[in-house]
Amino acid sequence: MAWDYSEKVKQHYLHPQNVGVVDNANAVGEIGSMVCGDALKLTLKIQEGTDVIEDAKFQTYGCGSAIASSSALTELIKGRTLDEALKITNQDLAVYLDGLPEEKMHCSVMGREALQAAAANYRGEAFVHEEESEYHTVCQCFSVNNLTIEHAIRENNLTSVEQVTHYTKAGGACRNCVPEIEAILQRLVPAAAVPSATDEAPPPMSMFRRIKIIEETLETDIRPALHTDSGGLELLDVSETEITVRFLGRCGSCAQSGSTLDFVQARLEKALGRPTIVREVK
Amino acid sequence: MSMPLVYLDNNATTSVAPEVLEAMLPYLRDAYGNPSSMHDFGGHLSKVVDHARGQLAALIGAHPDEIIFTSCGTESDNTAIASALETQPTKRHLVTTKVEHPALISQMNFLQKKGYEVTFVEVRPDGICEPETVRAAIRPDTAIVSVMWANNETGVINPIAEIAAAVKEKGVLFHTDAVQAVGKEPIDLSVTPVDMLSLSGHKLHAPKGIGALFLRRGTPFRPYIMGGHQENGRRGGTYAVPNIVALGAAAELAGAHMAEERRRVTALRDRLEAGLLERIPAVHRLGNPELRLFNTTAVSFEFIEGEAILLLLSENGVCASSGSACSSGSLEPSHVLRAMGLPFELCHASIRFSFSRYNTDADVDRVLEVTPGIIRELRRISPFTPPELLR
Ligand SMILES: Cc1ncc(COP(=O)(O)O)c(C=O)c1O
Ligand code: FES
Repeated sequence: MAWDYSEKVKQHYLHPQNVGVVDNANAVGEIGSMVCGDALKLTLKIQEGTDVIEDAKFQTYGCGSAIASSSALTELIKGRTLDEALKITNQDLAVYLDGLPEEKMHCSVMGREALQAAAANYRGEAFVHEEESEYHTVCQCFSVNNLTIEHAIRENNLTSVEQVTHYTKAGGACRNCVPEIEAILQRLVPAAAVPSATDEAPPPMSMFRRIKIIEETLETDIRPALHTDSGGLELLDVSETEITVRFLGRCGSCAQSGSTLDFVQARLEKALGRPTIVREVK
Repeated sequence: MSMPLVYLDNNATTSVAPEVLEAMLPYLRDAYGNPSSMHDFGGHLSKVVDHARGQLAALIGAHPDEIIFTSCGTESDNTAIASALETQPTKRHLVTTKVEHPALISQMNFLQKKGYEVTFVEVRPDGICEPETVRAAIRPDTAIVSVMWANNETGVINPIAEIAAAVKEKGVLFHTDAVQAVGKEPIDLSVTPVDMLSLSGHKLHAPKGIGALFLRRGTPFRPYIMGGHQENGRRGGTYAVPNIVALGAAAELAGAHMAEERRRVTALRDRLEAGLLERIPAVHRLGNPELRLFNTTAVSFEFIEGEAILLLLSENGVCASSGSACSSGSLEPSHVLRAMGLPFELCHASIRFSFSRYNTDADVDRVLEVTPGIIRELRRISPFTPPELLR
């Protein structure tokens, strides 16, 4: 399958920056494994006292976007203090790379986690994903724990199991962990009544009910979420298979309106309990 | 300066042969009629379709009336399995292998959800499916057994004649997905007791969008695509005349070239394989080295990941494919390699090169020129590479 990698991603995997191991590193973060299909080892030289990251190098086992994400991470954190660097989110990494295909977002999450692990190592703590007490493995196939999943959901406004898989890999193999991922989603995204994976066709729905549900969902669920981004959305048309909308304010001009559209579609599909196409008119 | 394109992904798809393109063009231009029409303009095209049917039948030792044209290999596979179940409604069990193409695996998974039982038999570490394993999986309520002739990822060729004989001895229907074998391997269905066989045009230098199902005379059948009277009522849909002509022409061409192609392409493939093994440390050849398609080699490079290799090969103008998870769009590496018991690490690092009659010595030279550097660079980046490999 050919991925739609940005030029920036391409540059970074063709000419990765800061490959290797820092001499006299005083912070090392390792994440992933060969079995999982990707792994990253980050070594840092951090100045004692100021906590400035003087040097950062990486070694990565993985696909093009894993290499590019690692290279970008080292570029982004060099010269910053550790605390500043830790504020970098996986979204920031993706933005720096001019975007990553959604299926590859887990590569940017891996970069962030390696940095957290390195920070913990530097500070002489065990790397325990923030709140240790709640920590357990959800996805055995890819060794993904609940905190990684929760973090990815919060940071990226994920609403479906499929998205969680794209961002963390959890649920990408045997799918035994899917019910638990659904449960986490239910808890964190209450509006997103996560449909369980059944193949049953949804019961028929009248046009009246369809429009009513769409309007309600827009009003109570979607518009409030968009307003926080100082944007809005206008409903233009509803057919059996399609819903046409226009984004207003900042949402209309935002380069991210593709993912906003995905968000709107996901919420409406959930509310309607069936697949639907949401089309945007500029 | 533009880089030469080295296309070594012929198990994914092939170029349309110039002779094939010539043969089909008139039917895209002027002779656009419908063979089912009463008027001569369309009607006379039924002879053209018959001719192509004869050409294809000749390649695989079939009678022309045993050929049903379809839209692709996937449709042929799906048709065969669905027909076996429709014609034997009391039978609820199917047998296939763990290494089939998704065309079959997806359908089997679907049938399992519908309440059918499916046995996916194991293959050996070298990828071969043994007749004994298949025989042992058959039950009184088995509707059909489906085992692929040659595997698309490794090129490994199964002992289809023996497997078919074992299945027929039990009186069960036997289907084989021969999409990768037709046009490369000699196939003679007048002596091999296969009931149904799938093939696909775009793997043998015909265009995409045309396939065929061989259906042995006397085999019970129900159509999968329901429609008009085309294909003797066995597959609805207006005859895709240009594509059918193309498949006929491609089949004739494949038959005419087969012996020469086998000799020449085997030499190219072997030179590439030997060159890679010699120039690069920690490489593994995958699958049975003898019982495999002459055009395919699958290798695995330790400590690095396949998608990254493909991307860098592609930067150098080389097209190949990988069983790695990342390149497939799923998160799991190749089900074929895992069924062979290959460790995940090696599955992730697998690369397949597949040749056609149009590849040259220069192609092999180019791959041997660029690959060692790519592997070395990725190993330099990898945290798992032992230092001695980089010296
Ligand atoms: C073994 C095998 N079976 C089936 C198919 C599907 O054929 P098609 O692409 O014509 O549907 C392929 C092609 O990828 C294949 O390699
Ligand atoms: S446990 Fe998560 S995919 Fe297997």
